[in-house]
Amino acid sequence: MDAITVRGIRKSFGDNAVLRSIDLAVPAGAVFALLGPNGAGKTTLINILSTLVAPDAGTAHVAGHDVVREPERVKRSISLTGQSAAVDEVLTGAENLRMMGKLSGLDRRSARRRAEELLERFGLQDAARKRVGTYSGGMRRRLDLAISLILTPPVVFLDEPTTGLDTRSRQALWDEIRGLTANGTTVLLTTQYLEEADQLADRIAVIEHGTVVAEGTPDELKARVGGGEMLTVSDDAGTVLAELPTDGTLAGLRRALDGLAGDGLAETDAASVALRSPSLDDVFLAVTGAPANAAPAASDREPALASPKG
Amino acid sequence: MTFVGRSVLHTLRTPDALVMAIALPTMLMLLFTQVFGGAIDPTGGYVDYVVPGIILLCAGFGAASTAVDVANDMKAGVIERFRTMPFRAETVIAGHVVASLVRNLVATGIVIGVAVLVGFRPNGSPLEWVGMFALIAGYILAITYLFAAIGLAASNPEAANGYGFFLMFLPYLSSAFVPVETMPEWLRPLAEHQPLTPIIETIRGLLLGTEIGQSGWWALGWCALILGVAVVLTRVLFRAKAGRR
Repeated sequence: MDAITVRGIRKSFGDNAVLRSIDLAVPAGAVFALLGPNGAGKTTLINILSTLVAPDAGTAHVAGHDVVREPERVKRSISLTGQSAAVDEVLTGAENLRMMGKLSGLDRRSARRRAEELLERFGLQDAARKRVGTYSGGMRRRLDLAISLILTPPVVFLDEPTTGLDTRSRQALWDEIRGLTANGTTVLLTTQYLEEADQLADRIAVIEHGTVVAEGTPDELKARVGGGEMLTVSDDAGTVLAELPTDGTLAGLRRALDGLAGDGLAETDAASVALRSPSLDDVFLAVTGAPANAAPAASDREPALASPKG
Repeated sequence: MTFVGRSVLHTLRTPDALVMAIALPTMLMLLFTQVFGGAIDPTGGYVDYVVPGIILLCAGFGAASTAVDVANDMKAGVIERFRTMPFRAETVIAGHVVASLVRNLVATGIVIGVAVLVGFRPNGSPLEWVGMFALIAGYILAITYLFAAIGLAASNPEAANGYGFFLMFLPYLSSAFVPVETMPEWLRPLAEHQPLTPIIETIRGLLLGTEIGQSGWWALGWCALILGVAVVLTRVLFRAKAGRR
């Protein structure tokens, strides 16, 4: 059973075609990652699926309900955690959770109990009675996620859940996201980081310029860049002279080194050699033959493409 | 209901809005009665004249923060979350409006209390008091909705604050502080026919027994008109800003 199906979804804002016919199927109970650079259309797709934006063409079903014709039913089946934390800064963490609980239809007592449970689960008990305005970025994100889990909806949308977080907060959030599927929740998240998609997702769709350019399991996608680390050769000034994929074996590394000679690279030019994890750019290069940021980003708010060090 | 609770909590957490809504009109009243009052009316009766105007001024100040509250909600990601939840997101506006009504009625009570301390001597019957509070509530409702619409129209909370000041200027161009007859010829029609003058005259009549005449109907009519326009405007702006695109 698919929790989310998307068929031929298109969306333009003015002359800017943000989505050009997207097709997707997200199996129930899976973590599915939309991976792509700024302006690829990830957020727009999430907004369409969460009924915030109407598509120009195509159909989409979430938890069996049509997002255009049955938005109220869809809203009952989802929660959205957007890029900017949707928390009330004037209220405390506990008040935020209680308020959203009551808005979700819980009575006063259940809302209170649920708030306490979630504060504990997300490690926010100590800050429960502090105003959210004093929270760190990581705490806000955790509270934001906690709010979207008040009713444990069958489908959870997370739009760039860890952008701007430090390594420890990111790890903690990853653990929570992994835990969501334990009780059958389907998670659709967007990310710019291959590593994040790799860590969390059962399946990944790579999106660029509003189309799905590749889809598969993390292993399948990584296999397309060689399945191992990237060999990088730089000169004195730090300019990258060559980059070659490896497959994680000694023989593969040797082949890559031999390949350098084949490229006509004089050994005297190379000042340093390094291995690094494949990035989103490498996947794009392998899938499309062009770097991810070849086209200017149009609509997203986030800064330049980068790969976090996990 | 939950949204009303939220907005009331907001008010209590940002006391500057409440202080502004009560302290500023109180200070203006003291200024007008104690400092200017002697010159305007040497017999000391000015306090009775000016209090109804101060009450409306107070309501205006108190309602203005609604524009900022609404603009803040539209700016943050909060509104997007509300929109993906199974209820009408517009109720968040209604929450701010009701909270403003409560806040301003409390402030009005305090201002009247201070007025009595400095010599305000109303002679209205209980029924007339009820009528006065009803009219003031109607005015607060209307002007709060107007400020909510301003909050939606403004691109950010700071701009919302700025637009609000225009509305706060209106009481000075009415019969709030001086009788319209004392104004220059060219200004009189404006002061006489703007919404606040009949509202002020009606409050004056209810509390002090002065002539109301047609002012009562004009006051009700203006409140209803402003409220109607503001509600429609709020709805349209909300759809434009937070509807499905």
